[in-house]
Amino acid sequence: MSQPTLAFRNPPDWRKLKVLLWIVPAIFLIALALTMYYTVPPDSQGVVLRFGRFSSVEEPGLHFKIPFGIDRVETVPVRRQLKLEFGFATAGATNRVQHTSRTQHSQEKSMVTGDLNAALVEWIVQYRIDDPRAYLFKVRAPESTLRDLSEAVMREVIGDRTVDEVITVGRGEIEFRALDRLRKMATDYQLGVKIDQLQLKNVNPPREVAGSFNEVNKAQQDRENMINVANGEYNKVIPRAKGEAEQTISEAQGYKLKRINEAQGHATAFNAVLVEYLKAPEVTRMRLYLEAMSEVIPTLASTWIVDDSITQLLPMVQGKSIGGVK
Amino acid sequence: MKRLPIVLGLVALLIVVAIVGDPLFTVHETETVILTRFGAPVGDPITEPGLHWKTPFVMTVNRLEKRILEWDGLPAEMPTKDKTYIIVDTFARWRIGDPSQFFVKLRDERSAQSRIEDIIGSEVRTAVAGHDLIEVVRSDKDRVLPPNLTAEGTTSSVLPVATRGRLALQGDILKAAQPKLASIGIELLDVRIKRVNYNPDISTSIYQRMISERQQIAQRFRSEGEGEAARINGRRGRDLLEVESEAYKQVQELRGDADAEASRIYAEAYDKSPESRAFYGFLKTLDTYRTILGEKTNLILSTDSELFRLLERSKH
Repeated sequence: MSQPTLAFRNPPDWRKLKVLLWIVPAIFLIALALTMYYTVPPDSQGVVLRFGRFSSVEEPGLHFKIPFGIDRVETVPVRRQLKLEFGFATAGATNRVQHTSRTQHSQEKSMVTGDLNAALVEWIVQYRIDDPRAYLFKVRAPESTLRDLSEAVMREVIGDRTVDEVITVGRGEIEFRALDRLRKMATDYQLGVKIDQLQLKNVNPPREVAGSFNEVNKAQQDRENMINVANGEYNKVIPRAKGEAEQTISEAQGYKLKRINEAQGHATAFNAVLVEYLKAPEVTRMRLYLEAMSEVIPTLASTWIVDDSITQLLPMVQGKSIGGVK
Repeated sequence: MKRLPIVLGLVALLIVVAIVGDPLFTVHETETVILTRFGAPVGDPITEPGLHWKTPFVMTVNRLEKRILEWDGLPAEMPTKDKTYIIVDTFARWRIGDPSQFFVKLRDERSAQSRIEDIIGSEVRTAVAGHDLIEVVRSDKDRVLPPNLTAEGTTSSVLPVATRGRLALQGDILKAAQPKLASIGIELLDVRIKRVNYNPDISTSIYQRMISERQQIAQRFRSEGEGEAARINGRRGRDLLEVESEAYKQVQELRGDADAEASRIYAEAYDKSPESRAFYGFLKTLDTYRTILGEKTNLILSTDSELFRLLERSKH
């Protein structure tokens, strides 16, 4: 029991305690430093819960909170535009529920139309989280609920329309109505989201009947074709006939002019000669007669001049064979 | 210095109580907590979020979901009233409406989901079996085809009429299932049909019908085309005859007018006096001699004729 051994036994215990005294506060301070701040990304807001109870909504940036798990923060991407795809999937999904596995696609897109036919409809929904409190605390799985709701709404709308409307003419109306319905239901369901847009993508008849749908299109084309051909024929024939008709009418008009002019010419000439004739009728008569005879008689085959006192010769003359006895 | 071990001992005791006994607990915004003492519920369910006290060691914290929950049924095949077999996929929203009752009767969500499945599943079957297919498909029973579509002939299908519609059906299912689930603490908020499809066996006949429907439409388009073309061709024939006959008529009139006018002019000139008539006769006769007496004529004239008068034997 020497004094020095006693002195050696105490200092190590005290030193160990002293080390502990430093380690514990050091750990405490590190834990404090790590848990007393948080950052909210620029596309989000932070919802702060104190002891599990809603406290505040914070904007992007660096914030302080009560450490050691008293304050907990959940960040909600309120500024990001989110998308849901139905019946198909594009690469690079921005969120987890954007699309389902490929086996689900055929189930998602096949629908019954209002005229009890079938169609394959692909569409997308674009939305944003606009109420972070509702989004986190009202409904447990708001996005998968939104998916189910979208499918239900689309089938409601398609179920009131014929397959023709769905595939061709009614697309705009369907988008409009489905968006309207979905917005109303998302509000009723308190999902905390705002639906920005709903858009139809590929809409087709079932593969098995696609051929017959194409045939209808072709038949429509054929109908247009037949009418065009008939009109073409009409336009080829009628204008030409009209032209030809006008031509014959013009010719007849020309004939009329010619006849009238000729007649007038003949009449004028006659009148002029008549005037001269009436001035000296006998002389004119003889002149004209002798002129005519001198034109005609040289051309005759034969001319017989018989004195009327000869009585035998007249009857039996044998035509041309007599020869030119002048 | 002597009190240090006692202080340390007390601190250690407090720590043990705090860690193991759990006198403080938090309730999250999304939770309802039921405190139990040795398995039996104590007091009302705690819905207020935040920090709460309880007796350490003795009491246990049981957490239940306060939010709206979803049930998604598996697709089930069932017949409609008009004997069409369809595959219906429904989903529903529910909450733990009465936490105490829920806790006692069901305990956890998994058993809740299976109870919901049973009850809603059978109500859906009942509702579908009591309605024709069209009632399951149509929702807005007032919607009719817009008139411009049928006029253009782009759609041949008829939009069959429904008297009740899907929304009424869903209401029926909800009304029937709600009370059954309320008695076990489940508040059913709504039931909706997510998908309706034809059973694969009847799909073939549905497709057949669609194909023949389309073929009829195609046939109709073609015959419309043929009819219209025939109409146009007929019009072409008629218009052609009209043009030609009209022209013929005008031509005849013109020629008639021409001949009449010419005759009038001639008559006016030739027929205006006895002298003109005689002169015209004379001139015309001379012209006729020119025409009829030619190379083939053998002419016999007597010396009595005017022309050959000078050749007459002199008379004694």
